[in-house]
Amino acid sequence: MEKVNAIVVSGNGINCEMEMAHALRLAGADRVDIVNIFSLLDGDVDVLDYNFINFAGGFLDGDNLGSARAGAVRIRFAKIRKTEERLLDRIISFIDRGGLILGVCNGFQLLVKLGLLPGFDNNYTEQRVTLTFNSSGRFEDRWVTLRANKKSDCVFTRGIDTIYLPVRHGEGRFLTDNDDTLKRLEKDNQIVLQYVRQKGEEFTAEYPYNPNGSVLGIAGICSKDGRIFGLMPHPEAFLHRTNHPRWFREELPEEGDGLRLFVNAVTYLKNR
Amino acid sequence: MPHRIEIFLKKPEMDVYGEKLKKRIRRDTGIDTGRILTSDIYNIGLELDTEKLNFVAREVFLDKVINDYSIDKVAFGEPVFYLEVGLLPGVTDDVGRTAEESVAIALGLDGSDRFKVFYSRGFAFYSDRISKEQVERIARDILSNELIQGFRVFSRDELRKAGGRIPPWFPQVRLSRSPEVKNFSLSSMSDEELLNLSRERTLVLNLIEMKTIRDHFNDPEVRRIRRESGISEEITDVELECIAQTWSEHCKHKIFNALIEYKDTETGKTEKIDSLFRSFIRKTTEEVRAEKGAKDICVSVFSDNAGVIRFNEKFNLVFKVETHNSPSALDPYGGALTGIVGVNRDPLGTGKGSKLIFNTDVFCFASPFYSKPLPPRILHPLRILEGVREGVEHGGNKSGIPTINGSVVFDDSYLGKPLVFCGTAGILPVQVCKEPGESKEIRENDLIVMVGGRIGADGIHGATFSSEELHSGSPSTAVQIGDPITQKRMSDFLLMARDLCLYRTLTDNGAGGLSSSVGELAGICGGAEIDLVKAPLKYHGLNPFEILISESQERMTVVVPPDTIDEFLGLSKKFNVESTVLGRFTKSGYFDIRYDGKRVGFINLDFLHNGNRQMQLKAEWKTQSIRSCSFDKPANLSDILHRLLSSLNICSKHYFVRQYDHEVQGGSVLKPLVGKDNNGPSDAGIIRPDLTSFEGVVVSHGILPRYSNQDAYAMAACAIDEAVRNYIAAGGDPEHMAGLDNFCWPDPVESPKNPDGKYKLAQLVRANKAVYDVCTYYGIPLISGKDSMKNDYIWEQVRISVLPTLLFSVIGKIEDVRNAVSMDFKKAGDLIYIAGLTDPRMAYSEYFYLMGKESETEVPRPHKEINREIFYRLHNLMKMRLIWSCHDVSDGGLAVALAESAFAGGFGAETDIGKVPLTSPMREDFILFSETPGRFILTVDEKDKEQFESLMKGVPFALLGNVRDSANLVVKNGDRVLFSESIGSLMESFLKTLDF
Repeated sequence: MEKVNAIVVSGNGINCEMEMAHALRLAGADRVDIVNIFSLLDGDVDVLDYNFINFAGGFLDGDNLGSARAGAVRIRFAKIRKTEERLLDRIISFIDRGGLILGVCNGFQLLVKLGLLPGFDNNYTEQRVTLTFNSSGRFEDRWVTLRANKKSDCVFTRGIDTIYLPVRHGEGRFLTDNDDTLKRLEKDNQIVLQYVRQKGEEFTAEYPYNPNGSVLGIAGICSKDGRIFGLMPHPEAFLHRTNHPRWFREELPEEGDGLRLFVNAVTYLKNR
Repeated sequence: MPHRIEIFLKKPEMDVYGEKLKKRIRRDTGIDTGRILTSDIYNIGLELDTEKLNFVAREVFLDKVINDYSIDKVAFGEPVFYLEVGLLPGVTDDVGRTAEESVAIALGLDGSDRFKVFYSRGFAFYSDRISKEQVERIARDILSNELIQGFRVFSRDELRKAGGRIPPWFPQVRLSRSPEVKNFSLSSMSDEELLNLSRERTLVLNLIEMKTIRDHFNDPEVRRIRRESGISEEITDVELECIAQTWSEHCKHKIFNALIEYKDTETGKTEKIDSLFRSFIRKTTEEVRAEKGAKDICVSVFSDNAGVIRFNEKFNLVFKVETHNSPSALDPYGGALTGIVGVNRDPLGTGKGSKLIFNTDVFCFASPFYSKPLPPRILHPLRILEGVREGVEHGGNKSGIPTINGSVVFDDSYLGKPLVFCGTAGILPVQVCKEPGESKEIRENDLIVMVGGRIGADGIHGATFSSEELHSGSPSTAVQIGDPITQKRMSDFLLMARDLCLYRTLTDNGAGGLSSSVGELAGICGGAEIDLVKAPLKYHGLNPFEILISESQERMTVVVPPDTIDEFLGLSKKFNVESTVLGRFTKSGYFDIRYDGKRVGFINLDFLHNGNRQMQLKAEWKTQSIRSCSFDKPANLSDILHRLLSSLNICSKHYFVRQYDHEVQGGSVLKPLVGKDNNGPSDAGIIRPDLTSFEGVVVSHGILPRYSNQDAYAMAACAIDEAVRNYIAAGGDPEHMAGLDNFCWPDPVESPKNPDGKYKLAQLVRANKAVYDVCTYYGIPLISGKDSMKNDYIWEQVRISVLPTLLFSVIGKIEDVRNAVSMDFKKAGDLIYIAGLTDPRMAYSEYFYLMGKESETEVPRPHKEINREIFYRLHNLMKMRLIWSCHDVSDGGLAVALAESAFAGGFGAETDIGKVPLTSPMREDFILFSETPGRFILTVDEKDKEQFESLMKGVPFALLGNVRDSANLVVKNGDRVLFSESIGSLMESFLKTLDF
């Protein structure tokens, strides 16, 4: 049985690291370290010491050049101190070794802007899709209903049909560079989560159920093999029933919907 | 020659910002602009060849999925007009700063210090029907603020002639002067000259204070010491400015500490009040603490940047609420942004430093639909609202702190100055490095380290400027813009350094900059010496006094022992945070200020902190005569209810709430919007700061400025009652709550230009009496507060003063968040009760405003004895889980509370208002819309009826009816139906007003 060693990247504007780490602990990870991105760039900590990288939500570099763009520049170009390697090189080595990567909100934006997702043909450095300003033109905090793609190989959403989670973003509108990319995502079942009006329905374009105008209501995608996963909604914000906006009035299980994604990931690593 | 990289959207139809702008311009100016396309422009001060420029554009700035770019040439072909908006020299450009860093990283350059990048925005207009004047008006009124931004407009012809090439926007600060220190010969100055000096330099010191300073510096002993210390005998500008900052109303609370002669013309009695703060605020806390004895929850009060109370064995709670009114009047976005990131630094700078866990925001504006002509230099209330809302959005969201509670109050008295209250709480470990977390110890030779941003001319005279009314000559350098990401890096680093035991304590650089932060810390140790030349600057050419008092944001002053300084600085560098040793603490008794080794200030600390004489003020109270109600009950009460639900002060604030992240950090329990469709207005906010525990923090507030029109005592008493009610309604423990008082007043000092100052001061006295009376009765220790005393606008004959306003915030604990209660009806069949007593004091209620009769009858006041008992009873019932919903009855009264609980729950209800407990027989419309404090609407399961009623015995309460599985709210008086309204239509009225 494999030990689950999870790293949660923090710092430089990331701000959901505490609850992300809490989710991983609840899910049974053996080791959970919150590591500042500057410690990774300084060479103090190496992502290859882990098998599960978590990019939590926030505002990398304030999203000042557009969401996660300056953050992506740093990971693509900055050399790890005293080495000729960039952080991106280490992350690609990590992927080659079979580790899991989860990016939530700003973390998803980062994965997409680096090119780690969708990662067609194992090309992890070319941006093919984007997450840009919501059609509403504003940041919004609201809960959404999401349908999972049962045909997807995504290890995080195994056994999940519908989940309810909050979105909290101004730049979550998912778009592709062209129709072929979109078709390929569909064909290879890389579209993992879609916004729906309610359980049992197809994806929706209707605001506010689709809060940002994403094409095909896409809320999350994964790599073809399902090990790299990014989503705009926040699973780490729904770990306990008291996080649910209507827990005062609905019968709910003790554990929140969001925890299931983490449990799936941990279980996958432990069982392989 | 700098280069210009312009990034725009490949598909024009994707330009949501341009589309939103078009709508806003039409709404606010009536101009139909046609299509607007927008772009982001990075003006880069680096010599780069074409290949490198393309590389930078593609790799750093371009999102190739949606963007295209243009180098050194205006994008968009040839629009009819092209507008560019950028910042003025010296204004914080956080986007530009991030761009510098990113370009340096991408090009492999060492550090980003060597070149500048400035950010600007482009707007292309394509309609032939728009004129240059209109574009300029749009630029001036909507897209820029002349205090911080500039713009330029190019016509199609001009662009053609230039071949599309326009010079980059490059607002570099160039101060050619070399730093200098001035001396003032105060002893030779006449009274008039002293006052002129005070005015010219925005010192805001009065004649007595100027003379006190003159006399101190004339003292032969002082002159001797100065001669021997190698500093000019005459006062330097560094010293004068430092003293002015320290003695400002903002820092010293001179009015709250004044000796006041208070005369009540009704009783004819006169009393002397030696400091409002000591007589009422501090006294409240002392008495409550003494009475609570072993149950006292206070840890540190009034002495630090924020108040500290107990939470659990691991953590204490830290809370502070500040205002940022004057800056928000000048630049709503920057002012509010700085307000929120500024107050963040208070809990961060308390004791050994707290982790921030939530923000609260309360705004007071004039009506966004204000249609009368505006006085000079006043921005339209809607523009202020948008700017403030967005500033707090960016400040809060980007800092990763949830905004969990707030409100927006509308009254046209806020036309001259809006009130922007920003609060932040944190958790402070009970023990940090084996010392109490709240300790603020400093030892001799500890180093003074400035951490965070750099110093510029921004924010010079902020503390003194906020201590005077807004006038035509207000300095624009008083405006600062925050940079949340720089602060986030800094606070991440500081909390890490705290837990590694690398520093002793810290404080923030807010009002007064280094002069206040180092000056205050020097008071703890007994002396300090700093060299201003060491301070990192945004640009050269600042004078020493400017470095000392600049309020440039994102800076903390940290006390680091010599033996950990290397490790501290090393860690700081690793985390991309700038830290600089400026000097050390001493026991000399002096604030010793140097510039490049040379002494430029040598101020006796005792004089600095205790030298200004207590102000002596007069207050005179005149009771207003009470008129009786002059109108009859309206025939259509449901129409009144709809209009109240849509009124500005009652209607839904979802437009604000949804744009603030209220869930980050993962501990959200009670959100601002609840109920079946997530749109019922919560009474309070609850979070779990420690995700491994079910203990929760509850926060609420009360604010009722309208009542000041009759009596500020009632205003304050009702605000406190409202805050406590909200706290109790959500499940807060009445044994474990603390209060924060924020007073925002019109100038209460009488002078020729302020003839009714005595009355305003009397209002302040009465509000303080209410704070003492109510808080001691309810058992609320006051742990922190702030006052803002000059909220007036004066222009020639026009004077606009805010209503005397107390924001009362309550913070406390709920032992188990699973016992929390929300305001929405939960299930059909539940019994609807009212708790509390209703009386006919209706003045300044929302209902009477609606009828245009606001001044008639008496203003509401709390029934303290009854209310306190109800608070305790309800809390016990909640712990027993007998209460399914609870909503406080406030603005708009019982009818509004019932409607809100019904539509939020998605249930109808049938109720009989004939059952409502009254002090005396009342009209139906008064029963429906009275705002008597101390009342709650709550629901109980039918099966618990007996138990509930027996546990409520002895306090006024009544069964009004029950929740129905129907679509209507039915309100009867006995058997007679007063109205029956669909909950859908009530909800629509509630949601529509501010649905921008």
